[in-house]
Amino acid sequence: MSHAEMLSEHVIEEIEHWKARFPEGKQRSAVISALHAVQHENEGYLTAELMNAVADYLDLPTIQVYEVATFYSMFQTKPVGKHNVAICTNVSCMLRGADDIVDHVENKLGVKLGESTEDGRIYLKREEECLAACCDAPMMMVDHKYHENLTTDQVDDILDGLD
Amino acid sequence: MAWEENLTCFNTFGEKESWSLKTYEKLDGYQAWRRVLAGELTPEEIIEEVKASGLRGRGGAGFPTGLKWSFMPRGADVQRYLVCNSDESEPGTCHDREVLRYNPHALVEGMAIAAYAMGATVAYNYIRGEFIDEPVPRFETAVKEAYEAGLLGKNIQGSGIDCDLQTFVGAGAYICGEETALLESLEGKQGKPRFKPPFPANFGLYGKPTTINNTQSLASVPAIMRNGHAWFAALGPEGSGGTALFSVSGHVEKPGNHELPMGIPFKDLLEICGGVWKGRNLKAVIPGGSSCKVLPAEVIMDCTMDYNSLQQAGSSFGTGAVMVMDETTCMVKVLRRISRFYMAESCGQCTPCREGTGWLYRMLSRILDGKGEEEDLDHLLAVANKIEGHTICALGDAAAWPVQSFLNHYYHEFEYMVRNHGRSIVDDNTEAAA
Repeated sequence: MSHAEMLSEHVIEEIEHWKARFPEGKQRSAVISALHAVQHENEGYLTAELMNAVADYLDLPTIQVYEVATFYSMFQTKPVGKHNVAICTNVSCMLRGADDIVDHVENKLGVKLGESTEDGRIYLKREEECLAACCDAPMMMVDHKYHENLTTDQVDDILDGLD
Repeated sequence: MAWEENLTCFNTFGEKESWSLKTYEKLDGYQAWRRVLAGELTPEEIIEEVKASGLRGRGGAGFPTGLKWSFMPRGADVQRYLVCNSDESEPGTCHDREVLRYNPHALVEGMAIAAYAMGATVAYNYIRGEFIDEPVPRFETAVKEAYEAGLLGKNIQGSGIDCDLQTFVGAGAYICGEETALLESLEGKQGKPRFKPPFPANFGLYGKPTTINNTQSLASVPAIMRNGHAWFAALGPEGSGGTALFSVSGHVEKPGNHELPMGIPFKDLLEICGGVWKGRNLKAVIPGGSSCKVLPAEVIMDCTMDYNSLQQAGSSFGTGAVMVMDETTCMVKVLRRISRFYMAESCGQCTPCREGTGWLYRMLSRILDGKGEEEDLDHLLAVANKIEGHTICALGDAAAWPVQSFLNHYYHEFEYMVRNHGRSIVDDNTEAAA
């Protein structure tokens, strides 16, 4: 059986949308976008089966998909919590209290950076690098959305608001 | 003195819906591109204009943009590509995100003009994956508007000029800001820098002639073509034409992005940002993103913010990301954080960088944990020196320079911590003063 059958109609639409941006025969350029789409539908992480399906669909050796999935920091190749919470701790954020935000979130959620809550609700991403919002530090990204000029109260509101 | 802001890339800022085609055109946007479409500007004229403007690559390396464009082989009937680098990831840098969100048409027009000047009919904008929520849709909307207005596509307005513009979205990797790593990523591979030569102008995307320019560089082009090279060049001092986008972050009262003329004195920039926060004294500044060498307060206070001045002071202009640190900052802690970044972001293909960045981070962590030894300070410098100049790309150098410069200017802080089992000289001085 072809693994590609695992892909939803929506994911296939997404992949085709991206493939069309590259020259004939250069469908490998669509791997990153395909993985984004697949990960999004699988509640935030990739499985070997899904990566195989992408490889099948794009007619690429599986290794070409695995090596991309493991190289880029936005892809998770192990099960993680549904909501992705990434707190920048790089210098500009550190100078304005990012470490306190991390401490606060770790205490609140009862997990360390790189771990997910037991109920599978939140993945507190491993130490995050600069997300280019340095003038509004400290900041964090929750499911792709930027939250800037954070205070611990705001962090509580944002995290409590996640389903 | 008062400085005029927002002359080039941020020129629509403050307008209602600054990102819309309507606003952009109201401020003479696409005027230059329309001249191209009307056959009034040849590729050679554009390249000469950009050369004479003094525009230099704003992504960090500062290479003259017009000169870079002139390296593209002409004549041969092959597909050529223009690629824009919107993989903004240099720590401290956050102004390209503002261009994408608030003035995306300046970039679309700049890309169209650049592509035409180099004979490229296809252009990609590589945007970092984390920008998917807001900057990417804003840019894509602008591209769509430009297509619908008949400003992009095939045989545009019957001019015989083709220009197709596409967005690409990355997935989180600082190294993809290196131009050949970016090309690898655009081809769907791991972002590992290529050996040079061959340079991208000869062997780039899919092996075809390609030029990669930074977002700010390209977004500066329409204003240069509208107002002329002399106008742009005269905004800054000799060797540093134009305006620059400064991201001022850290210990200032009002952090922010500002477009200001090159050569503005650091003092004035600091004042625009409300000065050092909490009434404290300035300790140090990293003037152009974390890869640049740190400068102590007494040095930076006499600098102007341009390529020559910062180079003479022992650092570099970099990306214009100005990270300000007050007197309470522990330099060992800052350096450890910077070293963590390069360890995490090393692509791993060159041994000195892959291994060395981890050694630097672990030695600095040991010192902060109170387990450092005096010889660690020699080792730090030795490892940094062995990475510098021994790697395929500049990430290795970027990992070495902070270590060298922090030890050069703040050796006593590292020595104090080693001798006092992890206590910071800054904390001890604060306690002693209390």
